[in-house]
Amino acid sequence: MIPAPTRYARATDLDHALELLEEEDAKAIAGGQSLLPVMKLRIARPSVVVDISRLDLRGVEAREGELHIGPLTTWAELLRAEAVDRPSLAAIRECAQGIGDLQVRNLGTIGGSIAHADPASDMPAVLLALGARLHLRSPERERELPLGEALVGPFLTAIAATELLTDVVVPLPPACSGSAYASLEHPASGFALVGAAALVEPDREAVALTGVGATPFLLDGDPEQAIAGAEIYGDRFASAEYRRGLAAVLAGRALESARRRAREDR
Amino acid sequence: MPELSLVVNGEQHRLEVEGRTLLVHALRDELGLTGAHIGCDTSQCGACTVLLDGAAVKSCTLLALQADGREVTTIEGFATDGELHPLQRAFVDHHGLQCGFCTPGIILTAADLLSRTSSPSDDEIRQALRGNLCRCTGYQAIVESIRAAGAAT
Repeated sequence: MIPAPTRYARATDLDHALELLEEEDAKAIAGGQSLLPVMKLRIARPSVVVDISRLDLRGVEAREGELHIGPLTTWAELLRAEAVDRPSLAAIRECAQGIGDLQVRNLGTIGGSIAHADPASDMPAVLLALGARLHLRSPERERELPLGEALVGPFLTAIAATELLTDVVVPLPPACSGSAYASLEHPASGFALVGAAALVEPDREAVALTGVGATPFLLDGDPEQAIAGAEIYGDRFASAEYRRGLAAVLAGRALESARRRAREDR
Repeated sequence: MPELSLVVNGEQHRLEVEGRTLLVHALRDELGLTGAHIGCDTSQCGACTVLLDGAAVKSCTLLALQADGREVTTIEGFATDGELHPLQRAFVDHHGLQCGFCTPGIILTAADLLSRTSSPSDDEIRQALRGNLCRCTGYQAIVESIRAAGAAT
């Protein structure tokens, strides 16, 4: 399979990238692990692919109470990052190691995954539980958006076509916190039938799900009740009721594991 | 057409490619390096795996121009002076291949693994091979070959 004819332009810096993205039907490419498969199927036919992969937007750093993940950070780089070596952020590595396969993790980026917005992608659930915010740049403005507001629907985000994701920011949880991710993968695609991420802090808990609805989402209030009342999708692989049951089990496992890590975080 | 500059198996190449050209097509059709196989063509099977600056990637899911200025290693670059690479030797000695279609991709993926973990456990080897499909033999002899190559280096 060969993509439809397209032009290729390599951005030299952020302003150049934003300028290139103003062309109609332009598409930014980073690792390309989501975009190229849909281009090969000719579902996506960009007029020009704007290669942003060489911009200085990668790396993982904890500073001033926040974890900053450059959107061009690959899954492989994220797995090796020392900054996520703490019980409160353990969900990030736990999740990243199950994404795609070794080759895909060498190229695929966290920003690409967020922007692609597959409703069953794993990491958005973890980032929702951790309370992540996105920094966005367009030629006109900079803005910040909670991840939950950026995820609008299946393969649909509030990130404009002329905007680029410039930073993924996670507030560092207080001491004695833990996080975890638990999922059951579809054996062929590797995507989550259901994935559950949990963050346990001394005075609150948060759980987010993926694979069960139009977008990954954060549960409101008691997880068991929230799962019982949530709008959950079914398909030919797993019915809505099966997914609901699985969500309760996996949310329980993620919470249990996050609580254990919180106790170890001293 | 845009020009692409690549170091492939240590040799500098300049070629003209379309914006949409995938790395695997540039390697096979322009440079005649047919060791990177096109199996599924959907990023599932890993037969097209090559090393990009030492990291295993699926060359069917990368634009050739994304690799501009970088180093690519294919299976053709593995043997030196007629001597098989330790991974190739181990696959021969431990019957790690049958038809051989998946073998170049598996060897390059294993090279990435062994570059970071010199003596991986069987579980680590199997995890690393998640993106490589073999439809002949099952994976036992492949895992044994990689384990032996790890021990030999």
